[in-house]
Order: sequence, then C-alpha cells, then structure tokens
Amino acid sequence: MSQIRPLSFRLNGVDTSVTVEPRRTVAEMLRSDLRLSGTTVGCEQGSCGSCTVIVDGEPVRACTLFAVQLEGRELRTIEGLARDGSIQALQEAFVEEDAVQCGFCTSGFLVLAAAALESDPFIEDEAIDALVSANLCRCTGYGPIRRAVRKAAKTTRRAT
Amino acid sequence: MTPASFDHHAPRTIDEALGLLAQAGGDARILAGGQSLVPAMAFRLAQPSVLVDINRLTDAPGLVEESDRLEIGPLVRHETLRRMPSRTPLGEVLAHLADHIGTWPVRTRGTFCGSLAHADPASEWGLAVVALDANLTLESASDGPRSVPASEFFAGMQMTAAREEEMLTAVTIPALPATARWGFAEFGRRTGDFATVLALVVHELKGGRMTGVRIAVGGVEDVPRRLGPAEEALEGAAPSKVRFEQAAEIASEIVEPLEDPLSDALHRRELVREMVLRALQRSTR
Ligand SMILES: Cc1cc2nc3c(=O)[nH]c(=O)nc-3n(C[C@H](O)[C@H](O)[C@H](O)COP(=O)(O)OP(=O)(O)OC[C@H]3O[C@@H](n4cnc5c(N)ncnc54)[C@H](O)[C@@H]3O)c2cc1C
Ligand code: FES
Ligand code: FES
Repeated sequence: MSQIRPLSFRLNGVDTSVTVEPRRTVAEMLRSDLRLSGTTVGCEQGSCGSCTVIVDGEPVRACTLFAVQLEGRELRTIEGLARDGSIQALQEAFVEEDAVQCGFCTSGFLVLAAAALESDPFIEDEAIDALVSANLCRCTGYGPIRRAVRKAAKTTRRAT
Repeated sequence: MTPASFDHHAPRTIDEALGLLAQAGGDARILAGGQSLVPAMAFRLAQPSVLVDINRLTDAPGLVEESDRLEIGPLVRHETLRRMPSRTPLGEVLAHLADHIGTWPVRTRGTFCGSLAHADPASEWGLAVVALDANLTLESASDGPRSVPASEFFAGMQMTAAREEEMLTAVTIPALPATARWGFAEFGRRTGDFATVLALVVHELKGGRMTGVRIAVGGVEDVPRRLGPAEEALEGAAPSKVRFEQAAEIASEIVEPLEDPLSDALHRRELVREMVLRALQRSTR
C-alpha cells in the first residue's frame, strides 16, 4: 500500500538522496536510516523539543514532520551546526555556564538557540527566556541555559 | 512509536486536493502543520490510510487584510500571524493571541485553519473566530464552497461541521472599528501549552459607554462560545469595577464546565470569573 519513495534534500549542506516510507518521521530517518543520533527523541509528540532541527532556516520539531515533506528543502541538524563551527559560541557558553547535566536535551537547545541567534542576532534577554521555555530540561532548572544563551548572544554580537 | 502506513500525496492545487479527499472516501486526512495530527498518528489515535499534504499548494489564499475584513488561507502559520505588521485592532488581537500558542517551533508549522479543524476547545483561534464573528469557507469536490459562521462550526470536542471530504479553504474575519477595545486573558499550567480557560472581550467605548460588547470563553465547555447574558449586562453601561464583577459573575454561573483530573467544574467556573474579569479590565486600559 504505502510505497517506499525516493527523497532528495540538502542535509547539512550536502545534497542527499534516500528512500523512505511515507510514515518515517524526520527524527526517525535521521537516527535510524542516516545514523545521525545527535537529534534525540524524547516525547514524540512535539512537546519536549529535544528533536529540534532547522528546516529552511526555521526551527521545527523533527518528530512532527514526515521525511517525505523534506523534498527539495534544506535540513540542518546538530551535527552540521557543530561541524561548520556556527554554534561554537553556544557550545562554549553551555560548558562555561554548566548548562549541561545529563545532556539529553542539549542538542535540542543548541539547535533552537542557533536558529534564534541566526534569525535575530540582537535578540533581547526576555526573548531568550521565552525562547528556552520552548524546550524541556529536567535537570538544570533552566537558569544555566538562559545564562549560556545570553552569553553566546553577546559573544556573537561582538563578532559581527 | 511508528504511525500506521499511509499513502502520501502533495497536491499543487486546491482542486487536486479536494479530488484526492473525495476519492479516498473518508480514509484520508489533510496534513497541514502536523502539530496535532502527527503526534496523534504516532500514538495511533489517528490512522488515516491517505494523507493529503497541503503544504505544497500553490493556489491557496494567504493572509490578506482589507479595510473591511481579514482573510486567512489554509497555510497561514501561527508565527506569520504573530509577526503580522498590521496595526489595526483586529491585527493586534490576532498577533497577541498567536503569541500564546505553543512555542516558536510549533508556531512555525502549525496553521490557523488546522487549529480550527482540530477543534480543541482551548484553542486560541477557536476563541477568536467565535468572538470576532468569523465566517469559514468549507469546500468539497462534489459540492463546491459553502460558508459556515464560526458560531455553527464547532460541534463538540474535536468535532466540527466539516465533512470528511471538505477542506477549510479560507476564514474571513470582519474588521474591527478603529476605536474598538479588546482584552484577553488565559490561565494555563505551563506556558507553551494549551490553556485551561481563556477569555476574549471586544467592545467599543462611545461617550463613556460600552457598545457592541462581545465576551467569549474557551476551554470551559466542549466548544468555545459567546456568553450572551454577560454581554447584555454590560451593553450601554459605563465601564466600572462593579459592572465588570457582575458580568464576570454571570459568566461563571451560565457556563457548564467540562471536568478533567486537573480542573474540576468548580475550578473552571472560578477561572471563568477571573479570566473574564481580567479580559474586561485589560480592555479598558
Ligand atoms: C507542544 C505543543 C503545544 C501547543 N500549544 C497550543 C496552544 O497553546 N494553543 C493552541 O491553540 N494550539 C496549541 N497546539 C496545537 C497547534 O496549534 C496545532 O498547530 C493545531 O492544533 C493544528 O494545526 P496544524 O496546522 O498543525 O494541523 P494538523 O496537525 O496538520 O491537522 C490537525 C487536524 O486538522 C485537519 N486539518 C488541517 N488543516 C485543515 C484544513 N485546511 N481543512 C480541513 N481540515 C484540516 C487535519 O486533517 C487534522 O485532522 C500545540 C501543539 C504542540 C505540539
Ligand atoms: S521528541 Fe520531538 S518534541 Fe519531543
Ligand atoms: S540536562 Fe538533562 S534534561 Fe537537560
């Protein structure tokens, strides 16, 4: 009934072709088919944000998007952002501020913050507080994550 | 958790989409933002055999504001409404409500029309369309378009007047007068999630008196609705603390609240009183 389909999109800057079942979510495809396990899956219902990825410049929950919907689109994941150096300031700030405990939520927060800083380098502190409330962290109590993103925003602004 | 298998279609035109829905005879679902449908499919609460993915439509109307109305097409996302540059009262109400829906990554995908079709009783957009007297256009391959007033659209918890082969293709909201006042209040346990109870108030102040008073609540009963007797209590009156408290009291008495383990009927009634009161106070600030 449901056909396995060819799919082409850009993944972290590289043209990528795969075959997927329509019911494959982007999160599942990344982790199981492409072995990119930096995108973590917590709730599978769009609530926790651990699976956040960037599609055509906007943050999206990879568990609520089917892979077939990516045809012709540009997908960026934590692996690509880490490799191309674009989240270096965020990574350093997360370490310095102890914003990582168990680490399950970390890649989701980094991707979310990266999308926010890219779309608005002058993002205000209050907007950062609202931003981080999008994702769930069971460990840190959010204070360190807020401080880390604020710090990275300052560093990024200075560099531009 | 893996959804049941389905066929995926991404039509380019509304006609094509309506054709696919008609052909599937009830086994198809429209996929818009996927922020309610995909989780439901992951948990197999929904198992459509065909998905008509409307995200690639090229002929869907967008977001258009005219002097007398605002039209919202099927692919207008929550985030687009939140960032809407409009400075009319109607534009301001919608942008303010959008800010209360989910979080950024949910808003970049989720659509206005998808939220109405999903018909969660606590949806901000459900509340908005009943409070603002919107008209919904439903379209099918066999019967073409028909217009349904928002007050007749919601039929129950996640149930609407839309038939299975119909698509919500546009929502039209009449403009608010430039002098319109509005106030919104909601109570929720967590930001970024559905509220428990929400209230929206709209009116005009003419010569110090309130006219055209509209008070709507959501999350209380199985559908959002206007509260006529509370509106009537304020029509023609000068705004005052006492009047507002009276109207809020009436509102809390005439609702027939839903109950859930986190909020029983008494709790919801109290929330209706408080949210209506706050919305009224905010409307005269
Ligand atoms: C973490 C989280 C928090 C959220 N918080 C809120 C909140 O605070 N307030 C709120 O209101 N919502 C909230 N939502 C829900 C969100 O607003 C959804 O976007 C919305 O309910 C459904 O819109 P959608 O475009 O994603 O539709 P989909 O999920 O794609 O579809 C939902 C249903 O509507 C049908 N449908 C979609 N479009 C049409 C159409 N044009 N015509 C006919 N049928 C159609 C589908 O077939 C399906 O049955 C939240 C969701 C998540 C994941
Ligand atoms: S796993 Fe996607 S939002 Fe939780
Ligand atoms: S560090 Fe453990 S969930 Fe955030």
